[in-house]
Amino acid sequence: MHIGHDHPHAHGEAGAIDPHAPQQDHDDTLDYYRKLEIAVRELLIEKNVLTADEVRRTVENYDSRTPEGGARVVARAWVDPAFKALLLEDATAACESLGFDMNVFDVKLTVVENTPQVHNVIVCTLCSCYPRMLLGMPPAWYKSRAYRARLVREPRAVLGEFGTVLPDEVAVRVHDSTADLRYIVLPMRPEGSEHLSEAELAQLVSRDSMVGVTVLPAVQG
Amino acid sequence: MKGYHDIGGEPAGEIPKHEHEMMLWEKRVEAMLLLLSQKGVMRVDENRRGLESVGAEVYHGAGYAQRRIQSISTNLIAKGLISIEELAAKVADIEQRKDVLP
Repeated sequence: MHIGHDHPHAHGEAGAIDPHAPQQDHDDTLDYYRKLEIAVRELLIEKNVLTADEVRRTVENYDSRTPEGGARVVARAWVDPAFKALLLEDATAACESLGFDMNVFDVKLTVVENTPQVHNVIVCTLCSCYPRMLLGMPPAWYKSRAYRARLVREPRAVLGEFGTVLPDEVAVRVHDSTADLRYIVLPMRPEGSEHLSEAELAQLVSRDSMVGVTVLPAVQG
Repeated sequence: MKGYHDIGGEPAGEIPKHEHEMMLWEKRVEAMLLLLSQKGVMRVDENRRGLESVGAEVYHGAGYAQRRIQSISTNLIAKGLISIEELAAKVADIEQRKDVLP
């Protein structure tokens, strides 16, 4: 660590890199990369490759995708066995049947189902591929070096850092995503949720449970 | 030989759990990547190659959006869509502006 160094994140200069420092970007400084973003975007607009409106609408499309989308899909799968069967067979078709626009992203989506015997968790070791169409943008930790490096080596230790401790007899399966194939976890329906409606069930489903780093707690009476 | 991006299985420290909301400029980087891919200007594979050739120092030292905009600019220059000179001129122009940041 560069103790007392208030700016450990290298911006291209050598010798100031702390590989263990959290990667934070700054909202208040016009650094090299932010100038680069503005410059590239304006040049692409001037050259009629993109329009400012397309960029704005695409940002809005990303903003409109949040984990509530994935939660709706999970809740439907819990209450509708035919939907669940389709979801596991052809996730894109299943999500389209709920009104999700899946064409924006030209990738295959695969749903992996948690059971009492098997717990699934997703990662992208090579990059940060994530089921954005259902969960929106990945959290910072999903993109972190530590998560990408360690999940495939010591998944139970990583799950432990998220407060998830599974019995030894439950198998843990780690799914490494690619640019063309994204995974999402179908968590187990919580105990004690039998009386809840589909909309109430969707409220229980957290982002982290669909990444697989947590399991959903039982519903208290 | 294993690339510096290929970190699965390597030892690493505790997972940083801070949740930081993406900033507008970071979302714009993602929007540009998606639009360039949809328009056939720059494919996802080309972005990945760009990310995997920024050098280990930038890859692990810079932030996520930072290395992605670096990859976009490198790709666009290599394709001849923008030149280093016009990029430099544009950056110089931006530096002269007031109230660039939101």
